[in-house]
Amino acid sequence: MKNNPQLTEDGRLKHLLSLDGLPARILTQILDTAASFVAVGEREVKSVPLLRGKAVFNIFFENSTRTRTTFEIAAKRLSADVVNLNINASSQSKGETLLDTVANLSAMHADMFVVRHAAAGAAHLIARHVAPHISVVNAGDGRCAHPTQGLLDMFTIRHFKGGFHNLRVAIVGDVLHSRVARSQIHALTTLGCPEVRVIAPKTLLPRDVGNLGVHVHHRMEQGLKDVDVVMMLRLQNERMQGARLPSAGEFYKHWGLTTEKLRHARPDAIVMHPGPMNRGVEIDSEVADGPQSVILSQVTFGIAVRMAVMSILAGN
Amino acid sequence: MQPPSPEQLIARLADQIAPTLGPDLALVGIHTGGVWVMDALAERLGREIGNDLPRGVLDISFYRDDFSRIGLHPQVKPSDIPFDMEGRRVLLIDDVLHTGRTIRAAMNVLFDYGRPAAIHLAVLLDRGGRELPICPDFVGAHLELAEQDNISLTRADDGALGFKVNQRA
Repeated sequence: MKNNPQLTEDGRLKHLLSLDGLPARILTQILDTAASFVAVGEREVKSVPLLRGKAVFNIFFENSTRTRTTFEIAAKRLSADVVNLNINASSQSKGETLLDTVANLSAMHADMFVVRHAAAGAAHLIARHVAPHISVVNAGDGRCAHPTQGLLDMFTIRHFKGGFHNLRVAIVGDVLHSRVARSQIHALTTLGCPEVRVIAPKTLLPRDVGNLGVHVHHRMEQGLKDVDVVMMLRLQNERMQGARLPSAGEFYKHWGLTTEKLRHARPDAIVMHPGPMNRGVEIDSEVADGPQSVILSQVTFGIAVRMAVMSILAGN
Repeated sequence: MQPPSPEQLIARLADQIAPTLGPDLALVGIHTGGVWVMDALAERLGREIGNDLPRGVLDISFYRDDFSRIGLHPQVKPSDIPFDMEGRRVLLIDDVLHTGRTIRAAMNVLFDYGRPAAIHLAVLLDRGGRELPICPDFVGAHLELAEQDNISLTRADDGALGFKVNQRA
């Protein structure tokens, strides 16, 4: 336990940097707590007083309106004071280092940092240098991790499927550049999912994919056969310009999720996507808006999951 | 010190509550012991008036006043209030009343669902030691207990209720 920078010496969650290395006990605690926050979101008064008087700083070194907004709503529903900072537009352009920025914000009596950065390991670096009372949440760093997205995906699966122990789950698309896919694979494996598949062209799979404990497929028809959950990944537009893919149209033809391809999955399979979607590239509108899509539920659950993470961290 | 039998206390509580029943009354039990007491009470009272009383359950973890000292309870359960709180008379139910802090938190939760017409409090056991000005309307029994000792309601697999006393030296 001592080697995991996310945990206190007695094994409680202090920072949320990655799902890697977190025991099932902690993942389950977060999901259970989130279930209670879903009930809070359905009340007349949607906030609880847990983080009253605490200051949560959303520091985004990379734009992500949706992730920042859901963290902001989550913190406000916990009654925290929230400050949003888009750093690429301010001090960093004046030459201030990452740790200087964080030291300045700490001096403004921050209690929690929610960090988004294009460089892998940025949140880990900040967590190593903050005062002991401050917690850090990784809201996405490079290709490395996006743990709250992974958690809200797990919450969504558990909500619709009741658990993980009898499930076949397929992760489809750009696994290579996805920070979500790694978080998902770690969490699914830890929570006892017996069969995780990835479906992608060879050029969009990481070289170490064999070490992730997943079944690799290159064709949708085989990969989707009899799965209970289809987790689509976003195809980053900027990846398209490289040599890894012929064209968006070509990708859609082979790996885009259409009603026809979805028929290979179980009839009660759910379809997930972390957003924002490229309609007509990785997913067809008929599927995205269809009866098997739980994409908007993911967004709603994302708030409850982030409330759970923040309240557990603030209490430890 | 021998704790009384929960079944007897529930019968005694039901007798006290019965005259106050009305169509505007709802029962709300506090997780976990309070919910067991509520279910047992609802069964008896429902028999008397011939229909079911609306029931809700509360978890007070998000409203505790010791969050900043001990953090979030590791097992939070969802609250569920399946009726409209507005104008409702609520009978709040717990197993053991001690400092009154749980009841303070529970009342705050209730108000976040709407404005009740009234809140009454029923407890199986009042062990004294109040730290807040909270006074129950219905009490199964009073019990003198050393300050450091702890008493809680338990439920066996067959549904039988019992009291467990932890005496600390």
